[in-house]
Amino acid sequence: MRLLPISALFVLALAATSLLIGAGGLSPAELLAGGDEGRLLLLASRLPRTFALILTGASMAVAGMIMQLIARNRFAEPSTAGTVESAGLGMLTVTLLAPGAPVLLRMLVASAFALAGTCLFLALLRRVPLRSPLVVPLVGLILGGVISAISSFIAYRYDLLQSLGAWTTGDFSAVLRGRYEMLWLALALTGLACVAANRFTAAGMGRDFATNLGIDYRRVVAFGLSIVAMVTALVVATIGMIPFLGLIVPNIVSLIMGDNMRRSVPYVALFGAAFVLACDILGRVLRYPFEIPVGTVMGVLGSGIFLFLLLRRGARAG
Amino acid sequence: MIEISGVSKRYDETVVVDDVSITLPRAGITAVVGPNGAGKSTLLTMIGRLVSASAGRIAVDGLDVATTPGARRLSILRQDNHIVSRLTVRDLVAFGRYPSSKGRLTRDDAAHIERALAYLGLEALAERFLDELSGGQRQRAHVATVLCQDTDYVLLDEPLNNLDMKHARDMMRLVRRMADELGKTIVIVLHDINVAATYADRIVAMRDGRIVRSGPPEAIMTSQALAAIYDMEIEVARIGDRMLAIPY
Repeated sequence: MRLLPISALFVLALAATSLLIGAGGLSPAELLAGGDEGRLLLLASRLPRTFALILTGASMAVAGMIMQLIARNRFAEPSTAGTVESAGLGMLTVTLLAPGAPVLLRMLVASAFALAGTCLFLALLRRVPLRSPLVVPLVGLILGGVISAISSFIAYRYDLLQSLGAWTTGDFSAVLRGRYEMLWLALALTGLACVAANRFTAAGMGRDFATNLGIDYRRVVAFGLSIVAMVTALVVATIGMIPFLGLIVPNIVSLIMGDNMRRSVPYVALFGAAFVLACDILGRVLRYPFEIPVGTVMGVLGSGIFLFLLLRRGARAG
Repeated sequence: MIEISGVSKRYDETVVVDDVSITLPRAGITAVVGPNGAGKSTLLTMIGRLVSASAGRIAVDGLDVATTPGARRLSILRQDNHIVSRLTVRDLVAFGRYPSSKGRLTRDDAAHIERALAYLGLEALAERFLDELSGGQRQRAHVATVLCQDTDYVLLDEPLNNLDMKHARDMMRLVRRMADELGKTIVIVLHDINVAATYADRIVAMRDGRIVRSGPPEAIMTSQALAAIYDMEIEVARIGDRMLAIPY
């Protein structure tokens, strides 16, 4: 397959662009000349930001893919399943109850909340009559709305709205060396998920299909949800929510090459990274030297593409 | 040999399968028939370990299905094959090798996949996505997956659903070939008693969760037996050497 190296090169080109632009006031030539100031800017800000973009894009896109296989629905992803909002509520809870808690503990609490929220979502799905595949994201969005209302209420009472805002709006402008490294863990978890790629694909064909092949369906689902919850919590805590990413990327890859996760997961990861890089670059240059948060750019672009996918699927189903 | 002894399935207060005991011999086709809600599919899914029994024991070749992993001995195809995943036919069929290869396909596995595709005449469709196929083609792809699993026992749950007359006949001929040429033991849930009588070696008839009759087609294809199974008058006509039930 020659497509893979081409995709990887494309991501590298975007990453290079991301390294070279910004409000820092250094021309690419000055940056590359390697003066002290240039090196500091590059190592402390530009490089971490670019890494963060790639890590977030790749791991959230794969998380979205896993969610879609587990929920057996095209429109399921962490931000349409209550996962993101639950992770935010978890962060809020741990900030309130244990303000001095170490980062790892905060992540674990947020992951536990995210997992609980996603399980609640799946439990709701089992009770709601599913007349149309669109009911699934609707249930998730409503659940997410309820959870984020609870978060807003608590945050309002304890003067934490600003922190909550940081978790719910994806923004890479605050990424500096020493403040994004948790995202490597997200990538590691994503890599771990790929080990079970075949099992996720089988689970996507349904419980009976997987069970017939001797696969422990419940264990695969539990494993997948845990990975998704932890990745989401890590991203929400370091960058904030990036809407639609986990939805659009796997869907477009699926249109082109199908849902065999083992084959498509590298493309999902690369395309996810490319999409976030592109949106962030766009946000940085549109109102230069000011920035538009990536979450906002993605929200606008993403909802457009989402609408396109919806109408396209609808046309085919009809 | 499939030994079913004292098997029941209850959902809360409802008894779906009620203390069923029967032994299905090795080889040949056993058709399970009966009216809606008789418990046919539930019994089949219990043998296929998709659902656990509330009581009783099911053993395949002497091994309890509840405690022994059996994906290499027995495969089951459910009637609900509502799919959202976009897999190619070849990828789907390749999953049949999962129990033995765990995802690392050997040359031997590749040969199995090609054979299964060829057996169902799917070579030309191998690279097509499942959601681009007709219902009959998709059903064949699922049967190919089960065939590719290469188990001695194959359970099929109403595989003729949604198939037109020609495809239904082709499917049954194929099932017959699988039994005769490949020596598979096939248990198949069927709706149409005439299809069962035409293609099966044995018929097991269920009603209200119990087995009411079982035996070769000749024993089931009598007005008296059919009345006991379906609770309606059914005339049986003999045309040449074939028996036809005429319910209408």
